[in-house]
Amino acid sequence: MEWQFLFELTVNGLLTGMMYALIAVGFVLIYKSTDAINFAQGEFVMIAAIVVAGMAVKYGFPIVAAIGVGLLFMIVFNFALERVVLRPMIGRPVVSIIMATIGLALVLQGAGPLVFGAGTRPLDIGVPDEPLIIGPLFMTPIDVVGAGISIVFLAVFGWFFMKSRKGVAMRAVADSHMISMAMGINVERYFALAWILAGVVALLGGLVWGSAIGVDTQMAALGLKVFPVVILGGLDSIIGVVVGGLIIGVCEALAAGYVDPFVGGGTKDFTPYVLMILVLMFRPYGIFGKPIIERI
Amino acid sequence: MFHRESGYFKTTYQADMALYPLPIGRYAIIAVGVVFFILCPFFLGEYYLSIINLVAIAVVGALGLNILVGYTNQISIGHAAFMSVGAYTAANLATKLDLPFWITLPAGGAMAALIGMLVGIPSLRIKGLYLAIATLAAQFIIEWIINHTPTISGGVAASIEMPRPVFFGIELANQAELYYFLIVIAAIAIVGALNLVRSRIGRSFIAIRDQEIAAEIIGINVFKTKLIAFGISSFYAGVCGVMYTYYLGVANYENFQLITSIDYLAMVIIGGLGSVLGSIFGAIFITMLPIAIRLIMESVGTIFVDDAALAQVIAQFRLIIFGGLIIVFLIVEPDGLAKLWQNIRNYFRFWPFSY
Repeated sequence: MEWQFLFELTVNGLLTGMMYALIAVGFVLIYKSTDAINFAQGEFVMIAAIVVAGMAVKYGFPIVAAIGVGLLFMIVFNFALERVVLRPMIGRPVVSIIMATIGLALVLQGAGPLVFGAGTRPLDIGVPDEPLIIGPLFMTPIDVVGAGISIVFLAVFGWFFMKSRKGVAMRAVADSHMISMAMGINVERYFALAWILAGVVALLGGLVWGSAIGVDTQMAALGLKVFPVVILGGLDSIIGVVVGGLIIGVCEALAAGYVDPFVGGGTKDFTPYVLMILVLMFRPYGIFGKPIIERI
Repeated sequence: MFHRESGYFKTTYQADMALYPLPIGRYAIIAVGVVFFILCPFFLGEYYLSIINLVAIAVVGALGLNILVGYTNQISIGHAAFMSVGAYTAANLATKLDLPFWITLPAGGAMAALIGMLVGIPSLRIKGLYLAIATLAAQFIIEWIINHTPTISGGVAASIEMPRPVFFGIELANQAELYYFLIVIAAIAIVGALNLVRSRIGRSFIAIRDQEIAAEIIGINVFKTKLIAFGISSFYAGVCGVMYTYYLGVANYENFQLITSIDYLAMVIIGGLGSVLGSIFGAIFITMLPIAIRLIMESVGTIFVDDAALAQVIAQFRLIIFGGLIIVFLIVEPDGLAKLWQNIRNYFRFWPFSY
């Protein structure tokens, strides 16, 4: 057993895990406040990255302007989406809402390449390529920057939820739609806000992941990583999402490092789900989740 | 013979449960039977028969998924994995033990049912989002296991060549011969589903869908019933996988990936949740959709893009139209094509005095 190898895998796994948490928080945001299960979060990340990279590479915008366009696009798009698609779905069976977001995911997967072209694009947000070497550790700079962005954003986000007036209102909406309405909160406005924030998170995720792995429709597969993260951490807190992300990141890295050589690859995509099933067996509502009490 | 009643006047439970509520139903079934068993094979070419074959396969899968999602309200995003279990079971039995189709078909179904019930075990404790994700996990895990176990997947590229089904010494090789093979199984599956949903088990499915806790209070064993739902549903899925394998002549996991699960969910939802007829409509609709899109795009698409880019644009358009239709159906007609059909029938029921 080489401790250095283990240490390196763990650190890189932690960095990746922070970046997973960034994507998962968009999912949690929507699920908590609107009860909608969003299977298109990965596609949001993808479309945001495609818009930014398309603007920067295809139309020659400077990167800051391209990010601005991307931000504007995600805000308008997600606002419209909530209005047109998700609002009529309130109160429908879970499977219908899942299917609507899957439909949305398919539309985005088709529309992104149709508008901006199908090839893989680099996304350069000004992070150097040379590996970062600290003592015995090798790290990719974009992972470090990505994890940094995630930590900063999640901290800001945590403050927003816990302290600001809008954040408190959003938590109230997440708790109970009816009581929030009775307290004079405009619930529908906070639904829209939740979707817009999820769009903004997706843009950040798209920037970070796009510069790490390149921008194309493959990015949508990131959305599938969200579910194990969310189940492991539970849906109730930002801390839970971060912990879930870190566990998944480390697990993936260790599986890729130690198990892959024996079974011939592919464990990276598979381990998070096995881990998740194990957790579901013993804690059906996640490690940090609260059990739901049902009434007739 | 052609008159219709002007409302529901059923006075006994027997009448309410009848397979043919009106005598005309019997004639309609006979007519449909004549069209499909006698007229179609005579007047349609290979190509059209192959489309009907695909529809017949999809009908079986959609019925199975509808029993689970539409009748019992348990979500499964991993149905394609159960199909692959059936497909590989049958392919292994057929190639290694030389078994005929009337053994491999139920064996594939039974194996899929077993795996499906295993996946269904957590359904007692988890529901909604959590069940959806657990079945999604099942999809990935089953796919991975099949792909990485050479004894199951046959090693090279995880595909097994499947011998043609043999029926009393006749090898069913071309589309017309396969047509009878597939359509008979589809017909049995439809009758089976119709009878299932009006039986005691079927009604306990519906009770669980409508109000789980109340169902438990009136004496339904919820856990057992959910497991039965998973089992029957996966059995259908397994049979569907075996049919597809016989149709293609090869078992390959690539035909049973997440996107296939989504296709089948789309069939059930666009067709109509909790309706046997809806599953059939949905299967027809979703199977024909890519064919129609390709036809239209190949005829008018060249106006906008050159030939080289057309294939890619078709693929992208297919995704957009497919996803868009799912969304439009969910918003505009949540009860699906079955409800549209009901509306048309109701219109003529009271025609010309519609109120």
